[in-house]
Amino acid sequence: MTSLMGNQSGTIGYSFSEPTSANVKQHSFYPYTDNGGSTLGITGADFAILAGDTRSTSGYNINSRMVPKVFKIGGDDDTGEGATIILSVVGFAADGNALKEKLDTVVKMYKYQHGKSMSVSACAQRLSTILYEKRFFPYYVHAILAGLDEEGVGALYSYDPVGSYEREQCRAAGAASSLIMPFLDNQVNSKNQYIPGSGEGHALVPKKAEPLDKETAKKLVQDAFTSAVERHIEVGDGLQMLIVTREGIEEVFHALKQD
Amino acid sequence: MAQKVVEAYETGSGAGKNAPFVPIVHESLDLQADRLLPSQSNPFDINGGACVAMVGKDCVAIACDLRLGMQSLTISNNFPKIFNYAPSTYLGLTGLATDVNTVSDLFRYKVNMYRLREERDIAPQTLANLVSSSLYEKRFGPYFVSPVLAGINPTTGKPFICGFDSIGCIDFAKDFIVSGTASDQLFGTCEGLWEPDLAPEDLFETISQALLSAVDRDALSGWGAQVYIIEKDKVTQRLLKGRQD
Repeated sequence: MTSLMGNQSGTIGYSFSEPTSANVKQHSFYPYTDNGGSTLGITGADFAILAGDTRSTSGYNINSRMVPKVFKIGGDDDTGEGATIILSVVGFAADGNALKEKLDTVVKMYKYQHGKSMSVSACAQRLSTILYEKRFFPYYVHAILAGLDEEGVGALYSYDPVGSYEREQCRAAGAASSLIMPFLDNQVNSKNQYIPGSGEGHALVPKKAEPLDKETAKKLVQDAFTSAVERHIEVGDGLQMLIVTREGIEEVFHALKQD
Repeated sequence: MAQKVVEAYETGSGAGKNAPFVPIVHESLDLQADRLLPSQSNPFDINGGACVAMVGKDCVAIACDLRLGMQSLTISNNFPKIFNYAPSTYLGLTGLATDVNTVSDLFRYKVNMYRLREERDIAPQTLANLVSSSLYEKRFGPYFVSPVLAGINPTTGKPFICGFDSIGCIDFAKDFIVSGTASDQLFGTCEGLWEPDLAPEDLFETISQALLSAVDRDALSGWGAQVYIIEKDKVTQRLLKGRQD
Protein backbone atom coordinates (compact mmCIF):
# COMPACT_ATOMS: atom_id res chain seq x y z
CA MET A 1 0.00 0.00 0.00
CA THR A 2 2.78 2.39 0.84
CA SER A 3 4.36 1.75 -2.53
CA LEU A 4 1.39 3.49 -4.13
CA MET A 5 2.07 6.58 -2.09
CA GLY A 6 3.89 8.87 -4.50
CA ASN A 7 4.74 11.54 -1.97
CA GLN A 8 5.34 12.17 1.69
CA SER A 9 2.45 14.54 2.33
CA GLY A 10 0.06 11.72 3.23
CA THR A 11 -2.47 12.22 0.43
CA ILE A 12 -3.18 9.32 -1.93
CA GLY A 13 -0.97 9.32 -4.98
CA TYR A 14 -0.84 6.88 -7.83
CA SER A 15 2.18 5.91 -9.87
CA PHE A 16 0.57 7.29 -13.03
CA SER A 17 -0.59 10.57 -11.55
CA GLU A 18 1.24 13.86 -11.99
CA PRO A 19 3.58 14.55 -9.07
CA THR A 20 2.19 17.38 -7.03
CA SER A 21 5.32 18.41 -5.12
CA ALA A 22 7.10 19.95 -8.12
CA ASN A 23 4.06 21.16 -10.00
CA VAL A 24 5.59 24.04 -11.94
CA LYS A 25 3.15 25.97 -14.09
CA GLN A 26 4.39 28.38 -16.69
CA HIS A 27 2.21 31.41 -17.17
CA SER A 28 2.81 34.02 -19.79
CA PHE A 29 1.22 37.26 -20.79
CA TYR A 30 1.83 38.90 -24.12
CA PRO A 31 0.65 42.50 -24.02
CA TYR A 32 0.44 43.10 -27.79
CA THR A 33 -1.98 41.94 -30.50
CA ASP A 34 -1.69 42.67 -34.21
CA ASN A 35 -5.10 43.93 -35.30
CA GLY A 36 -4.16 44.02 -38.99
CA GLY A 37 -5.54 46.57 -41.43
CA SER A 38 -3.77 49.16 -43.52
CA THR A 39 -3.53 52.93 -43.76
CA LEU A 40 -2.37 55.30 -46.45
CA GLY A 41 -1.73 59.03 -46.82
CA ILE A 42 -1.28 61.27 -49.87
CA THR A 43 -0.70 65.04 -49.96
CA GLY A 44 -1.18 67.65 -52.67
CA ALA A 45 -0.67 71.39 -53.13
CA ASP A 46 -3.65 72.33 -50.95
CA PHE A 47 -4.91 69.14 -49.32
CA ALA A 48 -3.91 66.04 -47.39
CA ILE A 49 -5.70 62.69 -47.40
CA LEU A 50 -5.46 59.97 -44.77
CA ALA A 51 -7.27 56.71 -45.39
CA GLY A 52 -7.62 53.37 -43.66
CA ASP A 53 -9.72 50.23 -43.92
CA THR A 54 -12.22 49.60 -41.13
CA ARG A 55 -11.61 45.87 -40.52
CA SER A 56 -10.21 44.77 -37.15
CA THR A 57 -8.71 41.29 -36.94
CA SER A 58 -6.87 39.06 -34.51
CA GLY A 59 -5.30 36.04 -36.13
CA TYR A 60 -7.77 34.67 -38.68
CA ASN A 61 -10.76 36.13 -36.83
CA ILE A 62 -12.55 39.32 -37.74
CA ASN A 63 -13.34 41.22 -34.53
CA SER A 64 -15.31 43.95 -36.26
CA ARG A 65 -16.02 45.35 -39.69
CA MET A 66 -16.28 48.96 -38.48
CA VAL A 67 -13.31 50.12 -36.40
CA PRO A 68 -11.99 53.43 -37.77
CA LYS A 69 -8.21 53.97 -37.84
CA VAL A 70 -8.19 57.65 -38.84
CA PHE A 71 -8.95 60.37 -36.27
CA LYS A 72 -9.35 64.12 -36.05
CA ILE A 73 -6.89 65.63 -33.56
CA GLY A 74 -7.52 68.68 -31.37
CA GLY A 75 -11.17 69.33 -32.21
CA ASP A 76 -13.41 71.45 -30.00
CA ASP A 77 -15.77 68.62 -28.98
CA ASP A 78 -16.00 64.84 -29.33
CA THR A 79 -17.24 65.12 -32.93
CA GLY A 80 -13.83 66.60 -33.77
CA GLU A 81 -15.43 69.84 -35.05
CA GLY A 82 -12.84 72.58 -35.61
CA ALA A 83 -9.86 70.20 -35.95
CA THR A 84 -7.18 70.85 -38.59
CA ILE A 85 -4.90 67.89 -37.96
CA ILE A 86 -5.61 64.19 -38.61
CA LEU A 87 -3.88 61.05 -37.38
CA SER A 88 -3.98 57.46 -38.59
CA VAL A 89 -2.78 54.54 -36.49
CA VAL A 90 -2.38 50.93 -37.55
CA GLY A 91 -1.00 47.92 -35.68
CA PHE A 92 -2.25 47.30 -32.13
CA ALA A 93 -5.62 49.06 -31.93
CA ALA A 94 -5.61 49.55 -28.13
CA ASP A 95 -2.26 51.34 -28.30
CA GLY A 96 -3.52 53.28 -31.30
CA ASN A 97 -6.50 54.57 -29.35
CA ALA A 98 -4.34 55.42 -26.33
CA LEU A 99 -1.94 57.34 -28.57
CA LYS A 100 -4.79 59.17 -30.29
CA GLU A 101 -6.33 60.20 -26.95
CA LYS A 102 -2.97 61.41 -25.64
CA LEU A 103 -2.13 63.48 -28.73
CA ASP A 104 -5.66 64.89 -28.84
CA THR A 105 -5.33 66.05 -25.22
CA VAL A 106 -1.91 67.60 -25.86
CA VAL A 107 -3.16 69.54 -28.89
CA LYS A 108 -6.22 70.77 -26.94
CA MET A 109 -4.09 71.86 -23.96
CA TYR A 110 -1.75 73.71 -26.34
CA LYS A 111 -4.71 75.70 -27.66
CA TYR A 112 -6.01 76.55 -24.16
CA GLN A 113 -2.58 77.64 -22.93
CA HIS A 114 -1.33 79.54 -25.98
CA GLY A 115 -4.62 80.80 -27.39
CA LYS A 116 -3.82 79.54 -30.91
CA SER A 117 -3.99 76.25 -32.79
CA MET A 118 -0.93 74.01 -32.90
CA SER A 119 0.87 73.87 -36.25
CA VAL A 120 1.26 70.47 -37.94
CA SER A 121 5.06 70.68 -37.73
CA ALA A 122 4.87 71.31 -33.95
CA CYS A 123 2.34 68.51 -33.55
CA ALA A 124 4.59 66.22 -35.59
CA GLN A 125 7.57 66.87 -33.28
CA ARG A 126 5.36 66.40 -30.20
CA LEU A 127 4.04 63.06 -31.50
CA SER A 128 7.62 61.88 -31.98
CA THR A 129 8.36 62.76 -28.34
CA ILE A 130 5.24 60.96 -27.12
CA LEU A 131 6.27 57.81 -28.98
CA TYR A 132 9.88 57.97 -27.78
CA GLU A 133 8.77 58.39 -24.15
CA LYS A 134 7.73 54.76 -24.36
CA ARG A 135 10.99 53.64 -26.03
CA PHE A 136 11.23 50.45 -23.93
CA PHE A 137 7.53 49.49 -23.93
CA PRO A 138 6.42 51.06 -27.19
CA TYR A 139 3.03 51.89 -28.63
CA TYR A 140 2.82 49.07 -31.19
CA VAL A 141 1.63 51.29 -34.05
CA HIS A 142 2.69 52.88 -37.28
CA ALA A 143 1.31 56.40 -37.11
CA ILE A 144 0.79 58.88 -39.94
CA LEU A 145 0.00 62.53 -39.15
CA ALA A 146 -1.39 64.96 -41.73
CA GLY A 147 -2.67 68.49 -42.12
CA LEU A 148 -1.78 71.74 -43.88
CA ASP A 149 1.54 73.48 -43.15
CA GLU A 150 2.03 77.23 -42.48
CA GLU A 151 1.90 77.92 -46.27
CA GLY A 152 -1.34 75.95 -46.63
CA VAL A 153 0.43 73.12 -48.47
CA GLY A 154 -0.49 69.51 -47.66
CA ALA A 155 1.84 68.06 -45.02
CA LEU A 156 2.24 64.40 -44.08
CA TYR A 157 4.52 62.87 -41.46
CA SER A 158 5.07 59.13 -41.01
CA TYR A 159 6.43 57.45 -37.86
CA ASP A 160 7.94 54.18 -36.71
CA PRO A 161 6.70 52.78 -33.34
CA VAL A 162 9.41 54.58 -31.33
CA GLY A 163 9.14 58.02 -32.90
CA SER A 164 11.49 58.24 -35.87
CA TYR A 165 9.67 60.44 -38.36
CA GLU A 166 9.92 62.01 -41.78
CA ARG A 167 7.83 64.41 -43.89
CA GLU A 168 6.75 62.76 -47.16
CA GLN A 169 4.39 63.15 -50.12
CA CYS A 170 2.80 59.76 -49.55
CA ARG A 171 3.09 56.74 -47.29
CA ALA A 172 1.39 53.38 -46.79
CA ALA A 173 1.48 51.64 -43.41
CA GLY A 174 0.18 48.45 -41.84
CA ALA A 175 -0.50 44.93 -43.07
CA ALA A 176 -0.66 45.71 -46.79
CA SER A 177 1.98 48.45 -46.82
CA SER A 178 4.36 46.26 -48.82
CA LEU A 179 1.66 45.90 -51.50
CA ILE A 180 0.59 49.55 -51.59
CA MET A 181 3.88 51.44 -51.20
CA PRO A 182 5.54 50.41 -54.53
CA PHE A 183 2.29 51.27 -56.33
CA LEU A 184 2.38 54.73 -54.73
CA ASP A 185 6.07 55.22 -55.66
CA ASN A 186 5.05 54.62 -59.26
CA GLN A 187 1.79 56.57 -59.41
CA VAL A 188 2.39 59.47 -56.98
CA ASN A 189 6.14 60.05 -57.22
CA SER A 190 6.37 58.85 -60.89
CA LYS A 191 9.24 56.49 -60.02
CA ASN A 192 10.66 54.47 -62.97
CA GLN A 193 8.79 56.71 -65.41
CA TYR A 194 10.67 58.63 -68.12
CA ILE A 195 9.63 61.26 -70.67
CA PRO A 196 9.11 59.44 -74.00
CA GLY A 197 11.56 60.46 -76.74
CA SER A 198 13.69 62.59 -74.40
CA GLY A 199 16.83 60.58 -75.18
CA GLU A 200 18.39 57.16 -75.50
CA GLY A 201 19.58 55.05 -72.56
CA HIS A 202 21.23 57.15 -69.84
CA ALA A 203 20.14 60.39 -71.57
CA LEU A 204 16.45 59.64 -70.87
CA VAL A 205 14.92 62.34 -68.69
CA PRO A 206 13.02 61.07 -65.61
CA LYS A 207 9.42 62.24 -65.31
CA LYS A 208 9.07 64.85 -62.54
CA ALA A 209 6.56 64.13 -59.79
CA GLU A 210 3.79 66.73 -60.09
CA PRO A 211 1.51 67.38 -57.10
CA LEU A 212 -1.78 65.54 -57.65
CA ASP A 213 -5.18 67.19 -57.63
CA LYS A 214 -7.62 66.11 -54.94
CA GLU A 215 -9.92 63.98 -57.11
CA THR A 216 -7.00 62.07 -58.69
CA ALA A 217 -5.56 61.39 -55.22
CA LYS A 218 -8.93 60.12 -53.94
CA LYS A 219 -9.23 57.76 -56.93
CA LEU A 220 -5.68 56.52 -56.31
CA VAL A 221 -6.46 55.80 -52.66
CA GLN A 222 -9.53 53.79 -53.67
CA ASP A 223 -7.55 51.85 -56.30
CA ALA A 224 -4.77 51.11 -53.81
CA PHE A 225 -7.25 49.72 -51.29
CA THR A 226 -9.32 47.64 -53.72
CA SER A 227 -6.03 46.09 -54.87
CA ALA A 228 -4.89 45.44 -51.28
CA VAL A 229 -8.25 43.88 -50.37
CA GLU A 230 -7.91 41.48 -53.30
CA ARG A 231 -4.61 40.03 -52.06
CA HIS A 232 -4.47 40.59 -48.28
CA ILE A 233 -6.82 38.85 -45.89
CA GLU A 234 -6.45 41.41 -43.08
CA VAL A 235 -7.70 44.29 -45.24
CA GLY A 236 -11.32 44.84 -46.19
CA ASP A 237 -14.92 45.69 -45.16
CA GLY A 238 -14.81 49.49 -45.42
CA LEU A 239 -12.63 52.39 -46.50
CA GLN A 240 -12.55 55.53 -44.36
CA MET A 241 -11.02 58.69 -45.84
CA LEU A 242 -10.38 62.01 -44.10
CA ILE A 243 -9.48 64.92 -46.39
CA VAL A 244 -8.03 68.14 -44.92
CA THR A 245 -8.43 71.34 -46.94
CA ARG A 246 -8.60 75.04 -46.03
CA GLU A 247 -12.40 74.57 -45.78
CA GLY A 248 -12.06 71.94 -43.06
CA ILE A 249 -12.08 68.15 -42.83
CA GLU A 250 -14.25 66.04 -45.12
CA GLU A 251 -15.00 62.43 -44.15
CA VAL A 252 -15.88 59.81 -46.78
CA PHE A 253 -16.74 56.13 -46.43
CA HIS A 254 -16.70 53.53 -49.18
CA ALA A 255 -17.58 49.83 -49.06
CA LEU A 256 -14.84 47.27 -49.56
CA LYS A 257 -15.17 43.52 -50.10
CA GLN A 258 -16.10 41.60 -46.93
CA ASP A 259 -14.49 38.24 -47.84
CA MET B 1 10.14 12.01 -13.66
CA ALA B 2 9.44 15.04 -11.51
CA GLN B 3 13.08 16.02 -11.68
CA LYS B 4 12.95 16.04 -15.48
CA VAL B 5 10.00 18.39 -15.59
CA VAL B 6 11.76 20.90 -13.41
CA GLU B 7 14.88 20.71 -15.55
CA ALA B 8 12.92 21.40 -18.68
CA TYR B 9 11.50 24.58 -17.23
CA GLU B 10 14.89 25.63 -15.94
CA THR B 11 16.48 25.51 -19.37
CA GLY B 12 13.44 27.20 -20.88
CA SER B 13 13.06 30.21 -18.63
CA GLY B 14 15.91 30.07 -16.12
CA ALA B 15 13.49 29.87 -13.19
CA GLY B 16 14.67 28.19 -10.00
CA LYS B 17 13.38 24.88 -8.64
CA ASN B 18 11.39 26.65 -5.97
CA ALA B 19 9.65 29.04 -8.33
CA PRO B 20 6.25 27.55 -9.05
CA PHE B 21 5.03 30.56 -11.02
CA VAL B 22 7.01 31.75 -14.00
CA PRO B 23 5.49 34.86 -15.52
CA ILE B 24 6.91 35.94 -18.86
CA VAL B 25 5.87 39.50 -19.44
CA HIS B 26 6.65 39.75 -23.11
CA GLU B 27 8.84 38.06 -25.64
CA SER B 28 8.67 40.82 -28.23
CA LEU B 29 12.41 41.19 -28.55
CA ASP B 30 12.89 37.45 -29.21
CA LEU B 31 10.08 37.47 -31.75
CA GLN B 32 11.54 40.51 -33.47
CA ALA B 33 14.95 38.84 -33.68
CA ASP B 34 13.37 35.92 -35.53
CA ARG B 35 11.68 38.27 -37.94
CA LEU B 36 14.78 40.35 -38.61
CA LEU B 37 16.80 37.35 -39.75
CA PRO B 38 14.52 35.40 -42.07
CA SER B 39 17.31 34.56 -44.50
CA GLN B 40 19.24 32.67 -41.83
CA SER B 41 16.68 29.90 -41.91
CA ASN B 42 14.65 30.42 -45.08
CA PRO B 43 16.39 29.09 -48.22
CA PHE B 44 13.96 31.06 -50.43
CA ASP B 45 15.32 34.38 -49.08
CA ILE B 46 19.09 33.82 -49.15
CA ASN B 47 19.89 34.80 -52.74
CA GLY B 48 16.94 37.11 -53.47
CA GLY B 49 15.21 37.65 -56.80
CA ALA B 50 11.82 38.32 -58.35
CA CYS B 51 9.81 37.03 -61.30
CA VAL B 52 6.42 37.92 -62.80
CA ALA B 53 4.29 36.74 -65.74
CA MET B 54 1.25 38.47 -67.28
CA VAL B 55 -1.42 37.71 -69.87
CA GLY B 56 -2.31 40.18 -72.63
CA LYS B 57 -4.40 40.08 -75.81
CA ASP B 58 -2.95 37.19 -77.86
CA CYS B 59 0.34 37.64 -76.02
CA VAL B 60 2.04 36.89 -72.70
CA ALA B 61 4.95 38.52 -70.90
CA ILE B 62 7.45 37.20 -68.38
CA ALA B 63 10.06 39.26 -66.55
CA CYS B 64 12.70 38.84 -63.85
CA ASP B 65 15.33 40.87 -62.03
CA LEU B 66 19.07 40.23 -62.43
CA ARG B 67 20.38 40.24 -58.85
CA LEU B 68 22.20 37.37 -57.17
CA GLY B 69 23.10 37.91 -53.53
CA MET B 70 24.19 36.21 -50.35
CA GLN B 71 21.93 37.78 -47.76
CA SER B 72 22.67 41.53 -47.96
CA LEU B 73 25.85 41.16 -50.06
CA THR B 74 25.32 41.41 -53.82
CA ILE B 75 27.43 38.83 -55.69
CA SER B 76 26.30 39.47 -59.26
CA ASN B 77 24.09 41.82 -61.23
CA ASN B 78 23.84 39.49 -64.22
CA PHE B 79 21.89 36.46 -63.03
CA PRO B 80 18.84 36.00 -65.31
CA LYS B 81 16.14 33.74 -63.91
CA ILE B 82 14.12 33.03 -67.08
CA PHE B 83 14.87 29.97 -69.23
CA ASN B 84 13.62 29.03 -72.68
CA TYR B 85 12.26 25.53 -73.32
CA ALA B 86 10.42 25.90 -76.65
CA PRO B 87 10.04 28.71 -79.23
CA SER B 88 7.22 30.35 -77.23
CA THR B 89 7.53 28.68 -73.81
CA TYR B 90 9.54 30.25 -70.96
CA LEU B 91 10.07 29.28 -67.33
CA GLY B 92 11.12 31.72 -64.57
CA LEU B 93 12.76 30.31 -61.44
CA THR B 94 13.26 32.24 -58.19
CA GLY B 95 14.50 30.97 -54.85
CA LEU B 96 17.77 29.29 -53.86
CA ALA B 97 20.23 30.04 -56.70
CA THR B 98 21.87 26.61 -56.64
CA ASP B 99 18.43 25.04 -57.10
CA VAL B 100 17.59 27.56 -59.85
CA ASN B 101 20.61 26.22 -61.76
CA THR B 102 19.88 22.57 -60.95
CA VAL B 103 16.19 22.77 -61.81
CA SER B 104 16.71 24.76 -65.03
CA ASP B 105 19.28 22.18 -66.19
CA LEU B 106 17.03 19.30 -65.16
CA PHE B 107 14.19 20.68 -67.29
CA ARG B 108 16.55 21.31 -70.21
CA TYR B 109 17.40 17.61 -70.06
CA LYS B 110 13.78 16.50 -69.66
CA VAL B 111 12.47 18.79 -72.42
CA ASN B 112 15.25 17.68 -74.79
CA MET B 113 14.29 14.04 -74.14
CA TYR B 114 10.63 14.92 -74.74
CA ARG B 115 11.47 16.60 -78.07
CA LEU B 116 13.56 13.63 -79.27
CA ARG B 117 10.84 11.17 -78.30
CA GLU B 118 7.87 13.13 -79.63
CA GLU B 119 9.63 14.95 -82.51
CA ARG B 120 7.83 18.20 -81.64
CA ASP B 121 8.19 21.15 -79.25
CA ILE B 122 6.68 20.92 -75.78
CA ALA B 123 3.46 22.90 -75.19
CA PRO B 124 3.29 25.20 -72.14
CA GLN B 125 0.47 23.11 -70.62
CA THR B 126 2.57 19.96 -70.99
CA LEU B 127 5.60 21.66 -69.46
CA ALA B 128 3.40 22.80 -66.56
CA ASN B 129 2.48 19.21 -65.78
CA LEU B 130 6.10 18.11 -66.20
CA VAL B 131 7.24 20.80 -63.75
CA SER B 132 4.49 19.87 -61.29
CA SER B 133 5.20 16.13 -61.27
CA SER B 134 8.99 16.64 -61.22
CA LEU B 135 8.74 18.92 -58.16
CA TYR B 136 6.33 16.60 -56.36
CA GLU B 137 8.79 13.74 -56.85
CA LYS B 138 10.91 15.62 -54.30
CA ARG B 139 7.94 16.07 -51.91
CA PHE B 140 9.95 15.47 -48.72
CA GLY B 141 13.21 17.16 -49.78
CA PRO B 142 12.11 19.81 -52.21
CA TYR B 143 14.03 22.11 -54.52
CA PHE B 144 13.72 25.59 -52.98
CA VAL B 145 12.33 27.26 -56.10
CA SER B 146 9.06 29.03 -57.01
CA PRO B 147 8.62 28.56 -60.78
CA VAL B 148 6.58 30.82 -63.07
CA LEU B 149 5.63 29.61 -66.54
CA ALA B 150 4.53 31.71 -69.54
CA GLY B 151 3.94 30.72 -73.13
CA ILE B 152 1.62 30.47 -76.11
CA ASN B 153 0.21 27.08 -77.02
CA PRO B 154 1.67 26.20 -80.47
CA THR B 155 -1.52 24.42 -81.65
CA THR B 156 -4.30 26.60 -80.21
CA GLY B 157 -2.37 29.90 -80.24
CA LYS B 158 -3.83 30.73 -76.81
CA PRO B 159 -1.75 32.50 -74.12
CA PHE B 160 -0.98 30.44 -71.01
CA ILE B 161 0.59 31.32 -67.66
CA CYS B 162 0.83 29.48 -64.37
CA GLY B 163 2.84 29.40 -61.17
CA PHE B 164 3.93 26.66 -58.77
CA ASP B 165 4.91 26.25 -55.15
CA SER B 166 8.14 24.40 -54.40
CA ILE B 167 6.41 20.99 -54.30
CA GLY B 168 4.55 21.42 -57.57
CA CYS B 169 1.05 22.68 -56.74
CA ILE B 170 -0.06 24.57 -59.87
CA ASP B 171 -1.68 28.00 -59.69
CA PHE B 172 -3.56 28.59 -62.96
CA ALA B 173 -4.18 32.32 -63.18
CA LYS B 174 -6.05 34.31 -65.81
CA ASP B 175 -4.22 37.57 -65.05
CA PHE B 176 -0.72 37.38 -63.56
CA ILE B 177 1.66 35.23 -61.51
CA VAL B 178 4.34 36.55 -59.16
CA SER B 179 7.20 34.90 -57.28
CA GLY B 180 10.37 35.66 -55.33
CA THR B 181 11.37 37.83 -52.38
CA ALA B 182 9.44 40.80 -53.86
CA SER B 183 6.21 38.80 -54.29
CA ASP B 184 4.23 40.98 -51.84
CA GLN B 185 5.31 44.12 -53.67
CA LEU B 186 4.57 42.50 -57.04
CA PHE B 187 1.06 41.52 -55.90
CA GLY B 188 0.43 45.19 -55.07
CA THR B 189 1.81 46.68 -58.29
CA CYS B 190 0.31 44.03 -60.59
CA GLU B 191 -3.11 44.26 -58.94
CA GLY B 192 -2.96 48.04 -59.37
CA LEU B 193 -1.56 48.29 -62.91
CA TRP B 194 -2.77 45.20 -64.81
CA GLU B 195 -5.92 45.26 -66.95
CA PRO B 196 -7.42 42.70 -69.36
CA ASP B 197 -6.58 42.48 -73.09
CA LEU B 198 -3.41 44.61 -73.17
CA ALA B 199 -1.66 44.85 -76.55
CA PRO B 200 2.00 43.65 -76.64
CA GLU B 201 3.52 47.15 -76.27
CA ASP B 202 1.14 48.09 -73.43
CA LEU B 203 1.77 44.74 -71.75
CA PHE B 204 5.53 45.42 -71.92
CA GLU B 205 5.06 48.82 -70.25
CA THR B 206 2.76 47.35 -67.58
CA ILE B 207 4.95 44.40 -66.63
CA SER B 208 8.10 46.58 -66.64
CA GLN B 209 6.60 49.28 -64.40
CA ALA B 210 5.15 46.62 -62.07
CA LEU B 211 8.47 44.80 -61.75
CA LEU B 212 10.74 47.86 -61.42
CA SER B 213 8.54 49.56 -58.80
CA ALA B 214 8.23 46.30 -56.85
CA VAL B 215 11.94 45.44 -56.75
CA ASP B 216 12.82 49.01 -55.70
CA ARG B 217 10.97 48.30 -52.42
CA ASP B 218 12.77 44.97 -51.87
CA ALA B 219 16.37 45.00 -50.67
CA LEU B 220 17.05 41.50 -52.06
CA SER B 221 15.84 42.10 -55.64
CA GLY B 222 16.66 44.52 -58.44
CA TRP B 223 19.88 45.52 -60.22
CA GLY B 224 18.23 45.59 -63.65
CA ALA B 225 15.62 43.40 -65.28
CA GLN B 226 14.95 41.19 -68.27
CA VAL B 227 11.57 41.20 -70.03
CA TYR B 228 10.20 38.79 -72.65
CA ILE B 229 7.12 39.68 -74.71
CA ILE B 230 5.82 36.50 -76.32
CA GLU B 231 3.47 36.71 -79.31
CA LYS B 232 2.53 33.92 -81.74
CA ASP B 233 5.66 33.45 -83.91
CA LYS B 234 7.48 36.43 -82.33
CA VAL B 235 9.40 36.92 -79.10
CA THR B 236 10.93 40.27 -78.03
CA GLN B 237 13.55 40.33 -75.29
CA ARG B 238 14.43 43.62 -73.59
CA LEU B 239 16.96 44.53 -70.89
CA LEU B 240 15.91 47.20 -68.40
CA LYS B 241 18.39 49.30 -66.45
CA GLY B 242 16.54 50.04 -63.22
CA ARG B 243 18.14 51.31 -60.01
CA GLN B 244 21.64 50.04 -59.31
CA ASP B 245 21.39 49.88 -55.50
